[in-house]
Order: sequence, then structure tokens, then C-alpha cells
Amino acid sequence: MSDDIAKRGYVDPDVLVSTAWVAENLESPAVRIVESNEDPLLYPSQHIPGAVEVDWTRDLNDPIVRDYLEQDGFAALMSRIGVTRDATVVFYGDKNNWWACYAFWIFQLFGHTNAKVMDGGRLKWEQEGRPMTTDVPEYEATSYEPPVRDDTTIRAFRDQVREHVEAERPLVDVRSPEEYSGVRLHMEDYPNEGALRGGHIPGAANVPWARAVNPDDGTFKPADELNAIYQKEHGLKPDDDVIAYCRIGERSSHTWFVLKYLLGFRRVRNYDGSWTEWGNLVNVPIEK
Amino acid sequence: MTQFPEKLRRLVRLVDAMGDRAERIQFLVDTARRYKPASEAIATRPYDELFKVPACESQVYAFAEELADGTLKFHFTVENPQGISAMALAVILDDTLSNQPVEQVAAVPSDVVYEIFGRELSMGKSMGLMAMVSMVSNYAKKATGSHGVG
Repeated sequence: MSDDIAKRGYVDPDVLVSTAWVAENLESPAVRIVESNEDPLLYPSQHIPGAVEVDWTRDLNDPIVRDYLEQDGFAALMSRIGVTRDATVVFYGDKNNWWACYAFWIFQLFGHTNAKVMDGGRLKWEQEGRPMTTDVPEYEATSYEPPVRDDTTIRAFRDQVREHVEAERPLVDVRSPEEYSGVRLHMEDYPNEGALRGGHIPGAANVPWARAVNPDDGTFKPADELNAIYQKEHGLKPDDDVIAYCRIGERSSHTWFVLKYLLGFRRVRNYDGSWTEWGNLVNVPIEK
Repeated sequence: MTQFPEKLRRLVRLVDAMGDRAERIQFLVDTARRYKPASEAIATRPYDELFKVPACESQVYAFAEELADGTLKFHFTVENPQGISAMALAVILDDTLSNQPVEQVAAVPSDVVYEIFGRELSMGKSMGLMAMVSMVSNYAKKATGSHGVG
């Protein structure tokens, strides 16, 4: 963590590391740098020296069931990238750490709590002219025994969301206002990923994920600015039981990260079924 | 694949013959390194939104230059410096579809991107790339009926 991050007032500032911290720890055997992007060509084109790639499609998703990898798959992934249970895993990636936060969230399903996100992601690292390489590192395979994936604490499923709606508990829709209102069925410049209806889950507040970052360098905004958005503007409270969602759960991972770690919300879950599930479900209500 | 222009057909065969994903990825990365934005002789900023590829998150602009023989040369500007896939496709479309019979270019299906990039693209990424192909084929369709596109 840098002094700059420490001064931003986050509840759990240790979950963020600066680009300078990463640069100082590139050689550390206790640290594994993980790049996670949407564009599959970015990592091969160049990456932080020593960084390994975790691809959200190939490495984290089950190819058959719409679900994430199971315990044995996660063990194999960690072994392949040379991560031990004690290793500090630092995520970074494109799109202001969208996919890095998504990978981080999945790692938390398996209890790898010694994990951090590099503030500003790939954008900031490149802006600062820090070293990049095309060399793909090889690490000695590890023996990693993860716990069974815990879907109960930070992940929400549709029936739980329905109960949440009926109980009038807070939901955060992190998509664009156009998606939220139903004008669009998908993010701007993205395709319609199969949702039959446009709108949002009843009662959800609309707080687009990108409001949490500084667009110039992809860093997270300080806590007072984040609180102004989530607490003052939208009335969320750290003790609330909150569910965040988007289209498939990737953007809402970013908001989940902000609420849970930077603002200290104790009960926040990511609904990865998100609008591609809710927008197609039979016999569930929506709002526009 | 029979309707593809010859150069594109050869490229798809080349990619298909690659032994594994890593080889294809490296080929695409190397291809992206050859990318050059459209010159000012083709288009000057600010670009008209008419030339912006819809549904492409990498903020790509596509231009068609009419050549003396009636064929088209395609030029692209990729505004997102991290849009490596878009850069690779821009080079490929120029390499394989420029100066080819416009009737053949017009018939190129947008899902050729899956044959080039594979099926492991995110939905968003694949749709953006497909939109680049569609824009090129639309230019060609216009050229088959009239001149002066781009």
C-alpha cells in the first residue's frame, strides 16, 4: 500500500496496492501478479514482468454449466500458476480492473483472502511507463488445497434475490442508466446478450460501476467521494444487506469490491446471474 | 468459406492449421503490431460518427478508399490503445479484403471473426469485431451498386 492509498480513508486499504508497490515486489517469491483482461490478446502482447494470466472465460468458468470452476479446478489453476495458500495474489487488468475484480471475487469464493488489486490496473502501469515484457513466466507447480467453494457469503442466486426484493432490501444495479431504464438491453457498444426484457430488478438503485473510479488513470476514488455516491446519494448504509448486479456479474464484482473493502459494507453479495438471468426469468417482476 | 476472397481464405486456412491456441494468439499479436492508424490523407480528425464502427468498444473508425480499378482499400483507426484485438483485425481486413472484388468482400460474413480469433472471445469483444467486418462488407455492398463510399 502507498501513502496515497492510506490517505484515502478506506475501511480496508490493505486490499489495494499501488503500481509502485508492485514494481518493488516483482521479484518477491511470496507475491504472484495476476493479469485478468477481457481482451485475450492484451496479456500476450505485453504484461508486467513475472505476471501470469488468468483468463475469465477459460480459467474461471465451467465450459458446460453456467457456473464457476469447482474445488478441483481451482486447485489445478493455482497449481499451474504456482500459487500457494500463503502467497499474496495481486490482480490487475484492463477496463479499470473490471476483470481483475471479477477474478478477485472468484478467488474469494475459494477463500484466498491474501489477495489484492493493483490500483489503476494496466492503464496506470502503462501510463507511468513501467516495464512490460512478452516473456511468459514459468513457476514451479504448487500443491494447493482449496476449501469447497463458498457460495453463501458473497454470492447471490436468483431465489435469494427474489426474497431480497420481497423484503425490500437494497439492490445496486451497476449498469448504465440506459440499461437500467430499459432503453437498452445491454451496455452501450455491447450486444444484447439474450435478455428478453429491458429494465431493472424492482427497487434497485442505479449506480453505474464507473462512478467509483477516476477515469484518467483508473484509480479508485477516495472514500469520502465514494460515500457521497453510495451512502449520501443513494442511502446505502454499511450495515445493509446489499446485492449488486449488472449483466453477467463482472461489472458488479467491481462495485462489490468497492462496497465491501473500500467502504466496509459487511454484507454485500454479487448476483452473477444478473440481468441475463433476471431479464429472462418467467414470473418475476421488473421495473423500468 | 468458399465465398471468401482468396487472401482471406488463405489466412483462415493458415490460422486453422496452427497447432494450438498460443500459436494463433501470437500470430494475432504480431499482426496487431503492424497496425497503423488511417493517415490524414484518408481522414482528418475529428472523424465523422458516420465512420465509427457501431458496437465496438475499442472506438474504431473504418474508412474505404475507392481505387482506380473499382476495388476498395480499407483503413482503420483504433482509438483505444489497449484495443489489441481490434488492431489485429484492422490489419487482417486491410491485408485480405483491400483491392479484392467488391462482390466477394460484400459477401464476407461477420462471424468470420470466430474462425480468426477462435470461440473464446467474450460476447462483447466478438460483437465489436464482427461489427468491423460488417462495416467493411457494407462499404463493399454500396460499391457494388454505386461508387464513392467512405
